[in-house]
Formats: sequence, C-alpha cells, structure tokens
Amino acid sequence: MRGALLAVDGITKAYPGVIANDHVSFSVAPGEVHALLGENGAGKSTLVKMIYGLVRPDAGAMQWNGAPYAPASPHVARQTGVAMVFQHFSLFEALNVAENVALGMENPPAMRELAGRIRTVSERYGLPLDPNRLVGELSAGERQRVEIIRCLLQEPRLLIMDEPTSVLTPQEVEILFETLKKLSTEGTAILYISHKLEEIRTLCDEATILRQGKVVGTCEPARKSARDLAEMMVGQALNIPTRQTGEPGEVVLEITGLSLASENPFGTALTDVNLTVRAGEVIGIGGVAGNGQDELLGALSGELPGVPTAIRLKGQDIGHLGPGQRRALGLLAAPEERLGHAAAPDMSLTENAALTGTVRERLADRGFMNWRRARSFAEAIIADFDVRTPGPENAARALSGGNLQKFVIGREVLQRPEVLVVNQPTWGVDASAAADIRQALLDLAHKGTAVVCISQDLDELMEISDRFAALNEGRLSAPRPTKGLSVEEIGLMMGGAHGLEAAHVPA
Amino acid sequence: MDLSSINPLVLLASIMVASTPIMLAAIGELVVEKAGVLNLGVEGMMITGAVCGFVVAVETGSPTLGFAGAALGGAVLALLFALLTQFLLANQTATGLALTLFGLGLSSLIGQNYVGIKAPPIATIRLPVLSDIPVIGPIAFRHDLMVYVSIALVGAVWAVLKYTRFGLILRAVGENHDAAHALGYKVVPIRVAAIVFGGACAGLGGAYISLIRVPQWTQGMTAGAGWIALAIVVFASWRAWRVLLGAYLFGGVTVLQLNLQAAGVNIPVVYLSMLPYLVTILVLVIMSANRSRTALGAPGALGRTFHASQ
Repeated sequence: MRGALLAVDGITKAYPGVIANDHVSFSVAPGEVHALLGENGAGKSTLVKMIYGLVRPDAGAMQWNGAPYAPASPHVARQTGVAMVFQHFSLFEALNVAENVALGMENPPAMRELAGRIRTVSERYGLPLDPNRLVGELSAGERQRVEIIRCLLQEPRLLIMDEPTSVLTPQEVEILFETLKKLSTEGTAILYISHKLEEIRTLCDEATILRQGKVVGTCEPARKSARDLAEMMVGQALNIPTRQTGEPGEVVLEITGLSLASENPFGTALTDVNLTVRAGEVIGIGGVAGNGQDELLGALSGELPGVPTAIRLKGQDIGHLGPGQRRALGLLAAPEERLGHAAAPDMSLTENAALTGTVRERLADRGFMNWRRARSFAEAIIADFDVRTPGPENAARALSGGNLQKFVIGREVLQRPEVLVVNQPTWGVDASAAADIRQALLDLAHKGTAVVCISQDLDELMEISDRFAALNEGRLSAPRPTKGLSVEEIGLMMGGAHGLEAAHVPA
Repeated sequence: MDLSSINPLVLLASIMVASTPIMLAAIGELVVEKAGVLNLGVEGMMITGAVCGFVVAVETGSPTLGFAGAALGGAVLALLFALLTQFLLANQTATGLALTLFGLGLSSLIGQNYVGIKAPPIATIRLPVLSDIPVIGPIAFRHDLMVYVSIALVGAVWAVLKYTRFGLILRAVGENHDAAHALGYKVVPIRVAAIVFGGACAGLGGAYISLIRVPQWTQGMTAGAGWIALAIVVFASWRAWRVLLGAYLFGGVTVLQLNLQAAGVNIPVVYLSMLPYLVTILVLVIMSANRSRTALGAPGALGRTFHASQ
C-alpha cells in the first residue's frame, strides 16, 4: 500500500443539537478512488467541507502527505491541491463559463489565455465547452463539466466530488467515469460521495460508510452487493415497495399539444407535450433537471394556466383553470421544493394542511376557517404517514426533509385525488422514508388514482411506474411500458449525452 | 407661450448639470445592487450628503472639503445600513425605507442653522481649446469639475466591473452568494464595501445639489432625486454606461419641464412638475413589460439576506 495522500484522524464536528461527525477516520492514497457512503444527514457533506476548508473541525486532525493539514479557508485548500465539485452547483448563471472558472481558481490567467486553456483541457478530457457561453444557458451536464474543468485546471492532487451524478443522463455518467478513471491513472486521488450504490461498485476502490456521523464500516465495494452496501448504510433491512397489479381504468387525464413559455429566464419552454393517463396507473416522467419539469408541474397544477383544451380532466377542458378550481375537480399536485413551494416554512402544519386542503376537505365555511377540522386533518396526515413531529402546531421549517416530504405528499394523498401529480417526491429523503412515500403512491394508484410522477431518480421511476416517458428540452417522449426498458434506451429517451462521445482515453 | 425663449445651448448645458446628482447616486447604487444588496435609502443618503457637504463647505470655505464631507456623511449613513442588514440580518427593503426617513430627519436637524446661507462659489473649468469650440464647447466643456468626475466615475465602475478580478468577485457575490461563499469569498465584507461606496456616491450627488446646482440649503431639497436614481439603475439594466444615458434622459426631462414653465407653456405647472416622475413610472413599466429580460439583467441574489449557515 502506498503512503496516504490525505489521512483524516478522529475528526469531530458538532452543530447545535446534532453531531455531524463523530471521530471519523479514513485515508486516501494517490490515484485511489475512495467512496464516502451514507444516507442524507450521515455527515458526508460536512466531512468534505472540512477537508475543503469551509468548516473547521471541533476536534481531530488531518494530514497531507504526512504533514499536518488544517486549511483555514478554501483558498488554502486549493493551494494545497484539493479541488471540489459541489453537490449543488457552485456556479453563477449570469456569468460566462470562463468567468465561472476564474472564480474557482487561485491565480487565474488573463481571460483570453484562460479561455484557451479551458478549450484545451476540456477537449483533452472529452468534455467540450465554449468558454464564452453564459452558464445559465447550459444543460445540467454541461454545468457540471464547468465545475470539473474548473477543478482540473488547478491540477489537483485530490478531487472531491459531492454527488456528481444526480443530474446526469446515464450516457453522461459514463463520460464522467471515463474522465475520473483517466485522472486516477494520472495519480489524482478522488473522494467520491454518492448514495448510488451501483456507481460506487463500478468506480471506487475503497469505501468508507458513515451512519449518523460515525464510521460504521469500510469495504471494497466491488466485492459487496448493492443490497449489502445499502443495509450497511441504513443499519437495518430495507423494505422494498410492493405493488399489486391491476388493470388500468378509463382515461382520466389528457394532455394534447401543450406548449407553454417558462416564467424563468433560464427555464425551459414546454413544446407540444402529449400524454394520456388512465385511472390506476403510475406514469413516470424522467429527464435531467431543467428540461421542463417545473414547467410541466406548473402547467398541470394550474399555476401556469394556458389554453383550455390543452389539458382535459375526464373530458372536461381545464387548461385555463387555476389551482383551486383544479383541486375542486380532483387534480392535485405536490411540487418539488418543500420549503417555499409545497409548504410555507414558517406556518404551522395545521395551516399548511389547510392551504391545499380547504377546498376538498371543506375546512372553510362561508369564508371563515374551521381550524378544528384543519387540525384534525393535519393530525390524520401525521398519523397515517408516520410524520415524526411533536404535533400539528409545529412550524413546517422545524421538520426534517424526509418528514416534511411525507407530510406534503400525505396531505395530497389523503384528499382522495382523481389525478395526483408529484415532482421529485423523494428528493433528499432518507431511504426508509423514500420507500414509505413510494409505497403510498403505489397504494393510491391501486385505489384507482392516476399518478404522474416526475422525478430525476431513474431507479425510483423504474420501481413504481407502469409507463415511462422522458422530458428533454421541454419535449415529452412517447411513453413506453417500464417493463423491459433498458438503461441505454432510457438514456436515449432522455436525450443521450447531448451529442457527445466519451473520452477516448489512450491507454 | 414663447418657445423661442429657450436657448438650446443653455438647455443642453444645464441638462449635464441637472443629471450629475442622479448619475452619481445611481452609479453608486448600481455597485451596491451588483453586489446583491438593495439599498432603498439612496434619498436619505443623498440629503445627508447634501447637508454635510453644505455645512463643511460653509464652515471651511472650501467646496472640495465640502464634497469630501458629503461623501463621508453618505458613507457613514450607509455603514448604518450595512450594520443592520449584513450583521443583524434586517430586511433590506424595510431598512432602506427607514434610512430614507432617518436621513431626511437628520439632515433637517443638522441644517437648521444653515438655511438661507449661500454656499462658497465653485469655479467652472475652462479648458484652453475645448471650451472655445463653437456649440460643443459651451455645452460640454464649461462645467465644474464634478460633472467630469461623475462621468469618469461611470467609466471607472464599468472598467472595474468588467475587467478586474475584484469586479468579477463582486458580481459573483451579487449573483449567487451561497456559491461565492462555498468558493471561499467573503460575502459580507465585499457587500459592506459596496454599500459604503454607494453611500459615498449618493452623498456626493446630494452635495452637488446643495453646493452647485441650487446652491444653498433647504429642507428636503433632494426632492425625490434618490428615487429617480434607483429607477435609473433598473432602467440601465444594471449596466454602467446605460446609467449615464438614463441620468441624462431623466435630467433632460427635468430641465425641459423647468424651461417649459419659464417659457409659459399653457399647461398647469403641477403637470409639468409631475413630468419627470411620470416618465420614471412610464419607463419602468415599459422595462418590466418584458419580465424575463429584466430578470436577466438583475443580479441573482438581489435583496436576499446572506447567512453563512454551516
């Protein structure tokens, strides 16, 4: 075994009320691809932020090539040779690619020279980029390329990647892995964070598994099955959602020729979207983020009303109706952003329950709220969906992501929808809560509701949907039965690698 | 009504003078907004600058020191805004409005013994050749130094924002403060610096009114110039050279209505006085009719409070 490039020894970091890292130790050798595995909230992000100098540890020490290493800021970390690709892009939409790259470098050259170097390096690694384009106009995959190029230009010795593949198509993931393997053979160590187990099995040499801030195990991922890894992460056996198959019923929702401009200057317009959904079926809509998901949800929920005939519910034109009127007719929706879109963060759970439940649950009488009924509605959601909270008077903000998501989904499910549209129902939710939410959607469909599930998690869509369609640049592909669909086919439906080829790495 | 009494040369020359205060305030506010901070207290900082500049100039007899005092006064008031919004995380809109009210009151208090005094005179610069060019000379090259300083300032802001690393970091902070923080840039100090710069510029703009344009001290003499400066920043889609254009446009409307009044145009004076503000509203409505384009120019983090949690 070679000497360690980075050794982390007994790192501890506590935040008020939670210990994010509790005596975490591991080491990475040059050229090694090391995985950090764990659920949301296991402390992976905090750990790498300490390595990158964004957060100071409370206790413990780090060593870099045998010398003590305690970065006071990201500038120090970058000078040492650490580069990081962030989970949520650390990019500036209104700036161009070269400017974004310059911001991530310690001593950037003049803009013109930098643009040349971006072209050279990006082509060498098979990640073509135009330095003069605005980042806001790029696809998610291209944006990530900007982040990676930014790191590569500094010739890092350790590259940290925090959930890099969550926004990529399968083809783009393949290109990324080629790049990472090439870097690794050049001697760069890679610290790879993900909860996608199959990826870790194919890419990583070593894995350190974190649960609730503690290291609970290390392993060679290639020698374990994905299920073993998952159970090490969660610490218990996993429930896999089960479904009862039923015959789909009559058509309840028809979308014909739906086109809609986006409200967001960097958003994607919907173009000629067609879809029919039958009672009792789950339609999965995949696609890389930013290809019209938010717009499609807005068009269906009624936030972005349009042409009356574009959307029909049980034969009735509803394309021009607002969210309240659509709710009354039985079309409910749960948007992606929990805090601020699906729920009002500073309002209580009772108030949040009333915000969408008033129409169908009759929580108001002649303009006056019936708070007793609203409260019992909130209590029903909390009980039925196992929402962990002291009570319905708590603010939505106080709930953890998984619990709030269960509340938000449960709130719609309990209103007995005819059609339920959800966007990213398990985004940032731990594995057991995600399984509960998926099970709830399947049960709802079994009772005869048509479910439209928009998600970027392909595994989730494969698990719950009967038919699959993909959004690509605002267009929806023709739906296909999920059974028998291969990953390659899905990738192509999602737009492939946007016309790119994998890096041809000379051996 | 006698339109021939309006001398076009004098009109154009006075447009440059009328535009200077709002241009100074607007270019300062542009920097503040580019850093992601919305300071609605421009009017308050301007009037504070106006009274500070006037008092210092009268007491020392030096207009130059007066302008320095005005910049300092505006900057101190801006620092108060920075303290409230950047460290105590107060809401920027409410704090900015409060700053305007506070500045109006404070300036009246400071200036109560200075009403009716005349400011020390300021020499206009006569450039040997340029000032004698027919037509252009009287319009553009027979002004006081501050007119040229303000134009130079616009150029400097443009160049710094576009070509320097500091300008890039400032824009980055205003575009996405979380990302800037993640890359290790100090969001709060950069914003405080921008806010103080904006305050100093607003102070200079105010002093230009009390020392050159009027030149004496009266309560509330900025009369909404700070609000027009805020509107100009939007009109300019956050671009430096368009601030110059916007300031001359609004300055032009102001001067024109004064001239029309003097020429006895057969429209009630109140309507003419409304003109600059009506034009402001009209332009803002037209600008925001195309929502996505306005949003494209606006800094992404404008008006959002930054707190480095985690």
